[in-house]
Amino acid sequence: MSFPWAKHYEPKQPLMRWLDEKLPLPRLVYNAVGAGYPVPRNLNYFWNFGVLAGAALAIQIVTGIVLAMHFAANAGVAFGSVESIMRDVNAGWFLRYAHANGASMFLLVVYIHIGRGLYYGSYKAPREMVWLLGVVIFLLMMATAFMGYVLPWGQMSFWGAQVITGFFSAIPLVGESIRVWLLGGFAPDNATLNRFFSLHYLLPFVIAGVIVLHIWALHIPGSNNPTGVDVKGEQDTVPFHPYYTAKDAVGLGVFLLVFALLIFFSPNLLGHPDNYIEANPLSTPAHIVPEWYFLPFYAILKSFTADFILPAKLWGVLAMFGSILLLFFLPWLDSSPVRSANYRPTYRIFLIVLLLDVLVLGYVGGAEPIARNVVLGQIAAAYYFAHFLIILPLVAASERPRPLPGSITEAVLAKHGGTSPAKTAIA
Amino acid sequence: MATVDDRLPPGEDPALLAEEVHDPRRRDFINIAAVSFAGVGLVAVVLPLINQMNPSADVLAQSTTEVDLSKIQPGQAIKTSFRKQPLFVRNLTPAEIAAANAVPVNTLRDPQTLAERTKAGHENWLITLGVCTHLGCVPLGAGEGENKGPFGGYFCPCHGSAYDTAARIRQGPAPKNLVVPDYTFNSPTTVTVG
Repeated sequence: MSFPWAKHYEPKQPLMRWLDEKLPLPRLVYNAVGAGYPVPRNLNYFWNFGVLAGAALAIQIVTGIVLAMHFAANAGVAFGSVESIMRDVNAGWFLRYAHANGASMFLLVVYIHIGRGLYYGSYKAPREMVWLLGVVIFLLMMATAFMGYVLPWGQMSFWGAQVITGFFSAIPLVGESIRVWLLGGFAPDNATLNRFFSLHYLLPFVIAGVIVLHIWALHIPGSNNPTGVDVKGEQDTVPFHPYYTAKDAVGLGVFLLVFALLIFFSPNLLGHPDNYIEANPLSTPAHIVPEWYFLPFYAILKSFTADFILPAKLWGVLAMFGSILLLFFLPWLDSSPVRSANYRPTYRIFLIVLLLDVLVLGYVGGAEPIARNVVLGQIAAAYYFAHFLIILPLVAASERPRPLPGSITEAVLAKHGGTSPAKTAIA
Repeated sequence: MATVDDRLPPGEDPALLAEEVHDPRRRDFINIAAVSFAGVGLVAVVLPLINQMNPSADVLAQSTTEVDLSKIQPGQAIKTSFRKQPLFVRNLTPAEIAAANAVPVNTLRDPQTLAERTKAGHENWLITLGVCTHLGCVPLGAGEGENKGPFGGYFCPCHGSAYDTAARIRQGPAPKNLVVPDYTFNSPTTVTVG
């Protein structure tokens, strides 16, 4: 579906006309990310991050397929094969650093993409399905990133696998059996490494499939915009190509610049030195931490230190998974009809507090579990849940939003000092 | 299930044909039977696909380990391997045994006496998995000079769980005592674990 004024695909060359009759793939692309997709004219640079996430996935798939040509998924030789990629394979160091830092870049742009959605209310009707599919993609990304981190079979890989599969042993009665089933043994070993490699190769393509659904669901109502006001007419939109392909290309350039800085100047900045020690099942590293992008969730897990009806360990695991599953209910927890936080003064303050709260959780997740940090983590974890379950519904019910602009065009013109919408209306 | 194909030829009695076409029982039975049969087949195929992820025969074959105790002095512990998991074997001193027995059992998170966690006549041999019951780290305290924690047993550096001299959980997030695997004494100085 699209707006009635969307441009129609009309191939002029005979070959393209012939192809369009047999397999209208160029038409699909034209309508999805070409001139056939009308987009609000007022998108800011936060709208780059969906395309950047897609680019990051493409980079991960390409570098990953190439790395798989040199990696050996066997506990006896996996660590050595990664070292051989680093030292012996032509440009292997580059491919591996690109893949490892590419994961960080992917998660970084996805976090900003999620933050954009929270700020501008992109999760609200009529885009709930876009949001739900996005949360599914996020969960798949977490699983993929975790299993990828296990593959080099270093100390952090091994103990990360031990701790994360240990979450399942918190389930009453069947937990330990599930854990043994997931590992294929009583501790992470060759069977674990092999199946993680298989799934790590599979899941990115599942992610790509869900992204297609995500974009499909987006294109039915069309893109949200910084005012959150619905598109009223043709003057509110511009074609995706060339307007936003060009704008996204600017963002892609900045993205690649940051990515290159990481790869070429500080490739191990976000990694952990212990992962350059081969996995040793008899010795735990002194301080186990996950990769930076999981730290807030790890902090929530660590915040439960006392039994209360259920064991502390089960509470921690439930809360950690709950903190993500909660996002599935967000479109119905926030009942305010106003989308953009620019017009919601109270919500905007609480959203910024939530962002700081997640940063505090990230700090606690990576810090030593001393008493001060545990208490800080408990307060921050409690606030995280309070934001979604208490603050958000109350704010939505009581807040008086600022007056919304009559249309996207009116907001654009007010910002740039124009007066007459008719004067700049796009034909 | 009337379709366009069922259009009556002129002159036919519609009632006769309708009876045949709309008779639900025969078709429904065949439909349900066919789908059920396919469903059973699907389950039969899915089961091995799930079961292949369970530990394979060679992994299970590593499930017994023999340990020689003769070299372990009182107060010492060794770290060995059982089912690819660390195994702690500790020769308790009389003071450590006394400390473990002095704790009122009903105050413990996972109530067990030292006698329940050792074999009769071998109360000084504490054999447990070296896997913290919280999230599976290897606790410290088996090696020479390692931190034994506030209760003189084991201390997990990951999230601060502390175990006493009977390897029972005393402090921190772990829910259970360190697991005592099945084992038997073959002779006073050798045990078979598993």
